[in-house]
Amino acid sequence: MSAETPPTLELVRPVPQRRSLSSRPTTSDRVFVSGSRLAAIATLLIMGLIGYFLTVGAWPALEQQGWQFFTEKQWLPETGQYGIAGLLEGTVLVGVIALIVAVPVSFGAALFISEYAPPALKRPLVTLVDLMAAVPAVIYAIWALIFLQAQLLSVAQWLSVHLGGALPFLTVKTPDSPSSYTSSAFIAGVAVGFVIMPTITSIMREVFSQAPVGEREGAIALGATKWGMIRAVVLPFGRAGIIGGIMLGLGRALGETIVVYALISPIFDWTTHPLESGTNTIAAHIASRYSESNGNAFAGLLAAGMVLFAFTLVINTAAGIVVSRSRSGAATEI
Amino acid sequence: MTTTTVAPAEAPTPAAPPATRPVPERIRIGGLGPDLVLHVGVALSGAISLAWLLYERMLPTSGTIGFWIFAYALFLILLVAASSTTLDRLGVIDRLVGALVATAGLVMVSALVGIVVFTFVHGKDALAHTNFFKDTMAYSGPDAALDQGGIYAAMVGTLEQVAISVVVSVPLGLATAVYLSEVRGRLARVVRVVVQAMTAVPTIVAGLFIYSLVILQLGHGRSGLAAALALSVSMVPVVITTAEVVLRLVPNGLREASLALGTTQWQTVWRVVLPTARPGLVTAVLLGVARIIGETSPVLLVAGSTNELNYDPRHGPQLSLPLFVFNGLRTPIDVAITRAFGAGVVLLALVVLFFALARIIGGRTPGRLSRRQQRRLARRLGAPT
Amino acid sequence: MTITSTADPVADAPGSPASPARKPGSLVAQDVHAWFGDHQVLSAVDLVMAAGEVTALIGPSGCGKSTFLRILNRMHELVPGAALAGQILLDGQDIYDPSLRPIESRRRVGMVFQKANPFPTMSIYDNVLAGLSLTGQKVKRRGKDNEADALVEHSLRSAGLWDEVRNRLGTPGGSLSGGQQQRLCIARSLAVRPDVLLMDEPCSALDPTSTRRVEETIRQIASEVTVVIVTHNMQQAQRVSDRCAFFLAAEGLPGHIVEQGSTSDVFERPRDERTADYVNGRFG
Repeated sequence: MSAETPPTLELVRPVPQRRSLSSRPTTSDRVFVSGSRLAAIATLLIMGLIGYFLTVGAWPALEQQGWQFFTEKQWLPETGQYGIAGLLEGTVLVGVIALIVAVPVSFGAALFISEYAPPALKRPLVTLVDLMAAVPAVIYAIWALIFLQAQLLSVAQWLSVHLGGALPFLTVKTPDSPSSYTSSAFIAGVAVGFVIMPTITSIMREVFSQAPVGEREGAIALGATKWGMIRAVVLPFGRAGIIGGIMLGLGRALGETIVVYALISPIFDWTTHPLESGTNTIAAHIASRYSESNGNAFAGLLAAGMVLFAFTLVINTAAGIVVSRSRSGAATEI
Repeated sequence: MTTTTVAPAEAPTPAAPPATRPVPERIRIGGLGPDLVLHVGVALSGAISLAWLLYERMLPTSGTIGFWIFAYALFLILLVAASSTTLDRLGVIDRLVGALVATAGLVMVSALVGIVVFTFVHGKDALAHTNFFKDTMAYSGPDAALDQGGIYAAMVGTLEQVAISVVVSVPLGLATAVYLSEVRGRLARVVRVVVQAMTAVPTIVAGLFIYSLVILQLGHGRSGLAAALALSVSMVPVVITTAEVVLRLVPNGLREASLALGTTQWQTVWRVVLPTARPGLVTAVLLGVARIIGETSPVLLVAGSTNELNYDPRHGPQLSLPLFVFNGLRTPIDVAITRAFGAGVVLLALVVLFFALARIIGGRTPGRLSRRQQRRLARRLGAPT
Repeated sequence: MTITSTADPVADAPGSPASPARKPGSLVAQDVHAWFGDHQVLSAVDLVMAAGEVTALIGPSGCGKSTFLRILNRMHELVPGAALAGQILLDGQDIYDPSLRPIESRRRVGMVFQKANPFPTMSIYDNVLAGLSLTGQKVKRRGKDNEADALVEHSLRSAGLWDEVRNRLGTPGGSLSGGQQQRLCIARSLAVRPDVLLMDEPCSALDPTSTRRVEETIRQIASEVTVVIVTHNMQQAQRVSDRCAFFLAAEGLPGHIVEQGSTSDVFERPRDERTADYVNGRFG
């Protein structure tokens, strides 16, 4: 400690052992930590139970059917001939149609809210979109059944008659009768599209609005038009948000039950003609069959539900990764 | 130095901006371009009248949607034509994109307004009768007139089921969120991933889970309680994720300030963190409620079907509003559909109520700027010196 | 502020070249007032920014000089509630003429910001050409008469960045250091061949070495474009500018020009006491 201490002292003296910084928690802290840990474990447990019941319940069906479960289109559990091939294709088809309807509108609406709307209008519009996301699906279902379906029949008929020649999958068996076009994958898809629109819009808008002011001003100061600025700055910045929003919308569309169940007439086959009456999705199938199913039939439904969950899980996780890895996503919650 | 005369240096009068000249008139800047209104007006009127003339005669189709799609296409073409009289190529593209984007916003708004108005218009006949709120459908068939029967049983069921879900999922969700944000550690990371996965559980799968657990495994039978549990499975992850975001917004400085005063972690959480985050936490709960109050598919599986009034959620099937709407839309009778729309209006009103409460109490979604912050930001952008 | 005659401010400016009308890029502000909502931030500003000169705008924070700068290329109106009165004449034409669109004036009057803002996902090469692609001007990028390469090289050379980035033109603009990013932004603004370049405290976020490089760049490009620069750094204003305007806003009152003139006059022979106090660092 004296003034003539040589400067190389640190090299000579051994480094003392590191001390533990942890302290004994008080009783109240121990109760607090273990209490909240209990809740966390309970949450884990619920999720574990979901996984357990799905897997154990689905096992008999998967064991009985094997890979056939994924290739069989029929659903005849009594005869042991059942699978989700048709359901899976219908689910994806309805989801894709929903995206085709929802993505352009959502993209435009998100741009409108974040870039074009007058400042006084922005907050009301954001609230409106959030509110639209909170409207129960069953309201969409009854609206689509009574109103939207009637409007879409003429569109479906027009598409089928005028474009059916070039695109054979748009044809239906009896094009003159409007009833050929009811309860189709097209109508269900459009309705689901409205359901997922606010979800996609709100994620895209959130990301767009975070595009840095400096870069925006840089583009504008160079003489860019508003669209030029958006293309140079906002869209590159928000690309991950666009992709993430679309994926999350797809996840919701695949799981949507009540709108599809209310609109479609179920078939057990590939849905090869989306404009024609009849399709099916996993969720709608579960809703329509659970009550009359027991034994292997119910196991089959559980297995179908498990596949659906696997799909939505993969899509949601991927969406989360895409958004959080991006420049824009660091601060975005999805 | 360019000025012709110079102020005497000994008189530095600070409050003397040269206000001797009259202030010239303000220039209108920003806003809509001068010719934009004209071009849009021309294109709009031209498109509608042209569509009116051409659509029914020339095209072999009819129908409202078709007419509007046709008119809209004409509008875009005319807008491009009108704009190109004064603008260059990029300007025309800019304007076309602006029109498309504004249309998308309009579609979005009109979809929501359309759904709400449509539901109300179709349901108002049912709402006009007081028995609609006081009676049940137990003694009235689906084709009974609107002055008989009502949604009382459904309202009781919805309130009880939502209340039970709140009782189950709010403590669980909030405690888990506190664990995630305050305790941390390896378990917290695992829980966070699992909660993420839980948000991906489709509601129908949640219903299926409760069906096989409560009804098949425990042999409890269909009940309001089972429905409430199925709803909780959907609500818990919503509460956890929203609440965790809110808790993480509590500045770390506050926690450290409290700990530096010598408080325990529990006291810090209870006295500092939770009170600071309270409005946000209330919002998290209310948004969770708004989310599950209209959930239909899980309830469909486990609540059973009945028209009877059942106050006891533990035993016997119980009706709820979403189920009432769904049953109505499955019945091809006009009066049943009207009743379904009426119940839909009540459901919408409840959702809006919870949503508005969330907004009022919570202020705003976390991370969004307040008005004052926005103004400050605007000022900083405008006058950075 | 003491201008009594505003008959012809251009002719009044002895520091400008003999025939300012022939060289493009002379900017004249006449009786400019500006508001944010009801709050007036600028009052009766008259200033001549002669072609081929560097004009520095100095003054304490909040005196409205950045607002004034943003008025010169119509960035002011991007702020909601912004209003304006008066005229900005670019080579004699009012840029706020209702028949002119904002983007047309912004193409002629470029701007470099306080914080460097290259487009981070674009390469350095594309960043330089961004102004052209944004305004729809085509440059030949391939073939024998490759104008793009020449333009990129010329712009980067003018901005004093060429030697540092010539071998990595394909890397993203965001990968450069702060000072290099700022010079990239200068190059980007020069590539569209503007008549005027506005600079809003371009060096405030830079270290001394980078600052020196940017100042050298400003001196070099002054012969090509009219430069208007806002700065808080008195030495910088003295080093780079030919002429100087001192803005001041008294408490609660809008900002205005207290004194303007050649840089040497303003710094060495200020006529107003407040100017003298400010340039000598006694306040602000």
